[in-house]
Amino acid sequence: MKKTLCAAVLAASFAASPAANAVDFDVRITNLTNGIYFTPFLVAAHPAGNSLFVTGQPASANLQAMAEGGSIAGLVADVTALGATIVENPAAELLAPGSNTTFNINTDGTSNDRLSIVSMLLPTNDAFAGMNAVEIPTDPGTYIFNIPAYDAGTEANDELLTGGGAPGAPGMPADPGGLAGANGTGAAAADANPTVHIHRGSLGDTDAVAGNSDLDSRVHRWLNPVIRVTITVN
Amino acid sequence: MSSQLNSVSKLTIGLGALLIAACGRDGNGIGGPPPPPPPPAMASFDVTVTNLTNDQPLSPVAIIAHQDGYSVFTVGAAATVGLETLAEGGDNTALIAEADADATVMATASGAAPIGPAGTETINVEVLQSDLPGLTVSIITMLVNTNDAIAGINGVSVGDMQAGDTMTWRTVAYDAGTEANTESATHIPGPAGGGEGFNAARDEIADRVTMHSGVVSQDDGFAASDLTGQHRFDNPVAQVRIERIN
Repeated sequence: MKKTLCAAVLAASFAASPAANAVDFDVRITNLTNGIYFTPFLVAAHPAGNSLFVTGQPASANLQAMAEGGSIAGLVADVTALGATIVENPAAELLAPGSNTTFNINTDGTSNDRLSIVSMLLPTNDAFAGMNAVEIPTDPGTYIFNIPAYDAGTEANDELLTGGGAPGAPGMPADPGGLAGANGTGAAAADANPTVHIHRGSLGDTDAVAGNSDLDSRVHRWLNPVIRVTITVN
Repeated sequence: MSSQLNSVSKLTIGLGALLIAACGRDGNGIGGPPPPPPPPAMASFDVTVTNLTNDQPLSPVAIIAHQDGYSVFTVGAAATVGLETLAEGGDNTALIAEADADATVMATASGAAPIGPAGTETINVEVLQSDLPGLTVSIITMLVNTNDAIAGINGVSVGDMQAGDTMTWRTVAYDAGTEANTESATHIPGPAGGGEGFNAARDEIADRVTMHSGVVSQDDGFAASDLTGQHRFDNPVAQVRIERIN
């Protein structure tokens, strides 16, 4: 939190500098969780005044497709229309618990001074990690951002492993770790809050063949933050 | 204790070098007893750890003052045996011994006792002022009513702090990844269990440090758990304040 504030202050103080937009920086994304996988990340440096989601507002259809099934194609089209500097799926696979991926972004010659990152948490119904239009620091140094999990608010958190990944289809699309159960009866009905909000966490249970949930409460829960984004300005 | 020993041994090396230099001057025939070497200039830090949890005592804290090169843990990498020993049983001696053996570690220190919920402890650590450039501090402790949950801060920069400066962090809980989260009393060393501490077996989902996902507890549907809702926690779990004294 302190570092985040620090980065924001630094970025603000350099915003007036003429070279503020010429930024070459490295990004590392670390999966901090014990049992959650992340679908292909969308990373976009884009102009200020835009965002992929707003808490308290309904998710866009393209955000919903990412949050429910991991598809970033629609969001890529959205940020392409903004002239964003885009990195798709930097890990080239699902990002496993404890794993990280590092890549470079160069926004020289653009006005792309905000950074957004999104990815779905598996196995969940519609949880996603979201870094939301953060001002990109320009002063050389290392900046750490701890990112929480949001609930897109578009699908009931039934915690059932039915393969449902298409927008509007109930259930969770996949369990990459292979530790989920089956035959659950459904952990929850539709979200009380149908807008984007901080995820309340998964429930799970300890019954692999029945119970409310197909998730394992000892494996598939998490506490925030869920990813750490480390920006190194060269 | 071990930290003071370590500091003293490194100091002794420094003094020895000074004494040799002084003898060299004496040998040049200047005469008279060599002047006493000036005491090495030390920088002193008070590290204050506060337990923010409901019912998770923190094991005696280990403090490591170090340069780049040492890391008490890395997310995604396997814990050292010293960290495993601390994470499973609350015993920091092996971890401090590992640190003391690392050439990039300048000083170590240990808390005197566990820090209970609502408790706080201030632990002093000193380094040579000449070691300040690039100096970082790591601290680590176990949440003892768990299988292998740890909390701490990992290499924060303190080398630019001036006397009187303070910095405060709030720390999250990590899972050392070395022991399955059975929540069984036989595997929990704290007062909620009284079970075994260190066991060399590594039987977590994967042998790597990640963030902790929290304890489930018998009150939340984990029938085999010996933990109750009182032992659940959320982040942050501890506060760490560092003050440079001189």
